[in-house]
Amino acid sequence: MKSMNVKFSINAKSYEMDVDVRKSLMDVLRELGYTSVKQGCGVGECGACTVLVNGTPLDSCLYLAVWAANKEIRTVEGECKDGKLTAVQDAYVEEGAVQCGFCTPGLIMSSTAFLEKNTVEDLSSEEIRKAHAGNLCRCTGYQTIVNAVKTAAKK
Amino acid sequence: MAVGQSNIRKDVIAKVTGKTRFTDDFTMPGMLHAKYVRSPIAHGLVKEIDCSAALAIAGVEAVFTYEDVPKTLFPTAGHPYALDPNYQDVADRLLLTDHVRFHGDEVAIVVARDHLSAEIGARAVVVEYEELPVCVTSEAALAKDAPAIHEGGNILKSTTFEKGGSLSDAEKSSDTIIEGTFSTPIVLHCHLENHTAYAYMDDNDHIVIVSSTQIPHICRRIVGQALDMPWSKVRVIKPYIGGGFGNKQDVVLEPMVAFLTSKLGGTPVKIELDREEGLVATRTRHSWSINARAGVTNDGVLNFMDLDVVSNTGAYASHGHSIPMAAGSKSCNLYPRSVTKFSATTHYANIPAAGAMRAYGSPQIFFGIEGLLEDAARAVGVDSVDFRIKNSVQPGDIISKTGNLEHSAAMIECLEKGREIIGWDVKKQQYAQQDGPIRRGLGVASFSYGSGTYPACVEIASCRLVLNQDGSVHMQIGATEIGQGSDTALAQMAAETLGVEYGAINVVSVQDTDVTPFDPGAYASRQTYISAPAVHESAEKLKAKILDHCREMTGDASEELDLINGVIIRLGNQHKVIELGELALDTYYNKDRGGQLSAEASTKTRTNAPSYGCTFVDLEVDIEMCAVTIKEIINVHDAGKIIHPLAAEGQVHGGMAMGIGMTLFEELLIDPESGWIYNGNLLDYKIPTAVDIPELSHAFVETFDPTSPYGNKSLGEPPTISQGPAIRNAILDATGVKINEMPMTPKVLFRYFNDAGLFDSPGKE
Ligand code: FES
Ligand code: FES
Repeated sequence: MKSMNVKFSINAKSYEMDVDVRKSLMDVLRELGYTSVKQGCGVGECGACTVLVNGTPLDSCLYLAVWAANKEIRTVEGECKDGKLTAVQDAYVEEGAVQCGFCTPGLIMSSTAFLEKNTVEDLSSEEIRKAHAGNLCRCTGYQTIVNAVKTAAKK
Repeated sequence: MAVGQSNIRKDVIAKVTGKTRFTDDFTMPGMLHAKYVRSPIAHGLVKEIDCSAALAIAGVEAVFTYEDVPKTLFPTAGHPYALDPNYQDVADRLLLTDHVRFHGDEVAIVVARDHLSAEIGARAVVVEYEELPVCVTSEAALAKDAPAIHEGGNILKSTTFEKGGSLSDAEKSSDTIIEGTFSTPIVLHCHLENHTAYAYMDDNDHIVIVSSTQIPHICRRIVGQALDMPWSKVRVIKPYIGGGFGNKQDVVLEPMVAFLTSKLGGTPVKIELDREEGLVATRTRHSWSINARAGVTNDGVLNFMDLDVVSNTGAYASHGHSIPMAAGSKSCNLYPRSVTKFSATTHYANIPAAGAMRAYGSPQIFFGIEGLLEDAARAVGVDSVDFRIKNSVQPGDIISKTGNLEHSAAMIECLEKGREIIGWDVKKQQYAQQDGPIRRGLGVASFSYGSGTYPACVEIASCRLVLNQDGSVHMQIGATEIGQGSDTALAQMAAETLGVEYGAINVVSVQDTDVTPFDPGAYASRQTYISAPAVHESAEKLKAKILDHCREMTGDASEELDLINGVIIRLGNQHKVIELGELALDTYYNKDRGGQLSAEASTKTRTNAPSYGCTFVDLEVDIEMCAVTIKEIINVHDAGKIIHPLAAEGQVHGGMAMGIGMTLFEELLIDPESGWIYNGNLLDYKIPTAVDIPELSHAFVETFDPTSPYGNKSLGEPPTISQGPAIRNAILDATGVKINEMPMTPKVLFRYFNDAGLFDSPGKE
């Protein structure tokens, strides 16, 4: 199969590797051990595979791994440093925004990107809901997720 | 005090940091991947199957067809085994079939070295079918000349019961009799993690299965049945699981992966359903039609309910008739002073198999009951909340179906609380005179549910506690954590009874049927209720052993001691004797006394505490746009003692969102002629996103039910029952139109509003 040599960084760690051109970024990340990146559909419907590429959240199942060449990728594994949770992770814990946890890594990455761009403390529920509409969660009803984003914004 | 606190969930740090491993996150060297060959038609017989092209594909290792699988029919429903053959689940399934019964049925399976080759291989299998007539709807499946989908015909079972008095007497003493017909859609679970399982052999006669299942111990038994193996030769492991909502309360992939590894010399074989397969080829929520009648007196006393249900179970029985039976018995809890007649027929059809889904028939039956009672209240001019309060269950009532005494019901308090929070009386007046195109409406609906399945099924739970060297305690629990938080709630109970900090309890979340004590699994909102006595008993036993060891250490056999927050104290003067960690080291390593201290209990529960609650909703209807916007929605629950308020809130919100989805958006659409599935993907099957769900509110009326050592009752499923009827009743309040079907999409509302003449003279009712 055709492959391409690419360089990228994942959670600030550099990689240089031959990548099967057919593979999605989700597949490659999971093969490299970043299993927080979940497949809920594989076709861009659920957002469980959300990662940040150069700070922008996207469905890694729809994004070819070769497109990530020379880019910075972030997954939830890289967020917690030296055992210290980020404000977003902390708020998800505090607000009870986690049940089965399958949607959680993707949601946390969406919230993280959202809060890196929106620094105001009093975000409206509508803004938050809109920014998270690409991440399905069947367990929480989204209320605690909205609460968590509000709490994280204040941290 | 751990119970009643919102302690940090046992699994939450692992989940927010991406460390939790779900089934698909494990891999083994040499693991093979399998892909089903699915039928493109809804009903037919395989005439010919040609696997040669598939076998020629690089990477394909094997193809198995219906000819290769055992001919033993097996059941799939996640119920405990029943000793009485009359209560055993219907065995109507083979691993693969040449008689396909729904669009997506399984005729063959391709095993390859990687997922993609398996998929290409599955497409290369050539199958020729003889098409048979298709029955999608109840009318078609129950028609006299309908083709038999299974041997013995299309009716799976019919039952009827009458409880709480005589229906004909109750009819005679009623001033008004109200009738209604209600229908509910096929709804899909849509847990975020698809069904995934793999299996390998670690001995010639021992199969290990790792699966995303709610019911590890039941899986073990059914795989044994399906493959004709001793049950103990099957080991089922459940890692973290990404939601189930009942869809994983069925044995789905486990017998197949076990079969494949057994045919392939024990090599690991994995099946990971893709989303589209998972939506149609696992289980669904039964679609129902309900013919309902109720009799009331002029002063608002409910005399009877007469409910007649037709439940479409689809291609295979799965939980089948148990669903209406369970819903029927729950419908007797809420208004126990009236007569309930309940009849139900469950039938096969050429649509995906329906199984267990959160609240197991109750969202369907309460859509009928609470819709009908709204009409009854309005017919006799009694306020909707007052009507319900007047007829609701109270402590001291006898539940007609079971004959049990109701201990703790706070149904009335729930209604009163909800009425106050939503501002019912004030809003009622505000909304009284509306004739514009945009109107507000208020709705209420109640529900009741059970805590477990007793007396229909055995209710068994187990717990094992082991004191570690460092004074912490490992807890192995038969109850299955699937995201709902049972590990946390049960750890709180153990900490409370044992007398240690919550943090000192380590829960072994992975279930392993070779190791974990027995419990049939996560369903029926049973786990915190049924496990409570097992946790309580094992914690008391371990505590007694710890205190005995302490007495051995102090040399005073008669000393009165207690264990409080991990410290052993003298009862009299409250002085510290020893820290638990220090004592634990002694139990392990003292050469002359002690041993590893552990305690275990396996308990059977013979009670089933009903839980209660209601939904209040305030919504806006835009008649011209046929659009409904929820302005405020509140669930109020009596779930007994709330063990973990934050997790309880999560259960309530999640259930509410699911209920709103079923009411306003969700339906699996199937062509009534061909059985072709139109929207078997998450783009076209609409589950709510964050923007589709309004702000959710909740409240609890805490009671203490004496049948649980911790006072708790069920809470997992109940939150999803009453949104449908509450929204229906609010739309009725706003427009005067009864929408007796779900989902209430704009298309459906248009039909009803049009029929009611709402568009004829805009601005007038
Ligand atoms: S797996 Fe990528 S959006 Fe669902
Ligand atoms: S927590 Fe289960 S899907 Fe979101």
